[in-house]
Amino acid sequence: MSQKNEFKLNPKPSWKELPIASIIPQPSTSRFYLTGDWRSFRPVIDKDKCVGCGLCWSYCPDAAIKWFEDGSVEVDLNYCKGCGVCAEECPAKAITMVEEVEE
Amino acid sequence: MAKRIALECSHAISLAVKLANVDVIAAYPITPQTHIVERLSEYVADGELDAEYINVESEHSAMSACIGASAVGARCFTATAGQGLALMHEMLFIAAGNRLPIVMAVANRCLSPNLSIWGDQSDMMASKDCGWIQMYGENAQEVFDLTLQAFRIAEDERVLLPVAVNFDGFYVTHVIESLTVLEQEEVNRFLPPRRKAKYTLHPDNPTTWGPIGLPDIQTELKYQLEKAIQNSKKVIKEVWREYGEISGRYYDVFEPYRLEDAEVAILMMGGHCGTARIAVDRLREKGLKVGLIKLRLFRPFPFEELVEATKHLKALAVVDKAFSPGGFGGPIFSEVRSAFYDLDVKPRIVGFIAGLGGRDIRVDEFMGLAEKVLRGEKIEKNYVFLQVRE
Ligand code: SF4
Ligand code: SF4
Repeated sequence: MSQKNEFKLNPKPSWKELPIASIIPQPSTSRFYLTGDWRSFRPVIDKDKCVGCGLCWSYCPDAAIKWFEDGSVEVDLNYCKGCGVCAEECPAKAITMVEEVEE
Repeated sequence: MAKRIALECSHAISLAVKLANVDVIAAYPITPQTHIVERLSEYVADGELDAEYINVESEHSAMSACIGASAVGARCFTATAGQGLALMHEMLFIAAGNRLPIVMAVANRCLSPNLSIWGDQSDMMASKDCGWIQMYGENAQEVFDLTLQAFRIAEDERVLLPVAVNFDGFYVTHVIESLTVLEQEEVNRFLPPRRKAKYTLHPDNPTTWGPIGLPDIQTELKYQLEKAIQNSKKVIKEVWREYGEISGRYYDVFEPYRLEDAEVAILMMGGHCGTARIAVDRLREKGLKVGLIKLRLFRPFPFEELVEATKHLKALAVVDKAFSPGGFGGPIFSEVRSAFYDLDVKPRIVGFIAGLGGRDIRVDEFMGLAEKVLRGEKIEKNYVFLQVRE
């Protein structure tokens, strides 16, 4: 993960530690929640097929795809939850969902 | 100096809300509540109250607007009744769960069908588990006082919960009574004109409210709410004491009437307590030791106080103006029986469901039910529908 984890809240707080009404008192904390943990299928991009259109980037519900100036794309596996939307939407059929296997 | 004036009970609430210097009022008109917000809209239009009056398209929106406004730190008020409260149901939980100190007046009205604009307590009782502090008033003076107190209680940082002030549709809402009101300076000393809030929605310091609650958070969150409302009773009593010192009117979780030497007491909430008092007096004239407990605070329910004050009785006749179809009588009846369960010696507790859909409960009916209980008459299932025609 690129960002330093400066999120101080205990993920399993007692009812007293939980901020009132469980209000999250600091902004943009969702980046500390690694939805990549949910994944059972991983998108694998075939760079030869990719035309750099960026549709996968715009469809990804977790903003897990990075789209660079040169048109190339990359999946951030910390956040990719493996939903397969990108593979479904890719017009060049450049993305394959590959099952995750225990190492 | 305290001023004595005559006001319709609904307008007594409007005046209290004006004196409380609310920032936002969001409401949808519904009988028998309409007079409250109608008067408030006049105050705003006439420049007597500097508040935002939001005309919304439904009660669901009224509560939603209050929730949003309260989250940015505004002091908010709304009022509703019957179906309107039912339409708000979802948002009532959001208000309490987000610990927003909104104050709402409920002009208690029977839930449809059949279409009924008349009073009973079935509306609030259908929402009794929404996490709000719930009080019931009997007359103009009481609802004026309760409304002012509600803001103080709700906004206390040890509480931070919404408060509903209930009063009977028509029987109380539309009646003109005399009452003593506080001056603006007195109110300002009791209730600071601006609300203080620790967390608010503000772009300079972003916060997230009502995020997804995964299973490993939700239990703690709900328990936090339970603790907050249970602990609020202490603060409510504190505020009542302070208000007593200012106004000379001291409130408590319930109000006993001729209870000390009573053998039997009627227990109920709201406007019909006035009729019940007359019944108590007439029975006393006949030599029967009957008293009354007017319950004021329904949530948090004053279990200990009630047991302490009534355990000497032979019997308690609980009158509910609502019931739980297929359940065990009326909601107050269920609470009172639970309160006494662990005691070895306890009064007989009998439930009466009456006054539904605006049907009056007459003095002779109160006398009859008290005598029935006093005589130890056997009552089927421990609770009965008092007024149903066979
Ligand atoms: S699989 Fe789903 S979460 Fe992962 S990159 Fe594709 S669209 Fe985003
Ligand atoms: S949608 Fe397909 S073709 Fe377009 S950028 Fe993504 S991977 Fe490449």
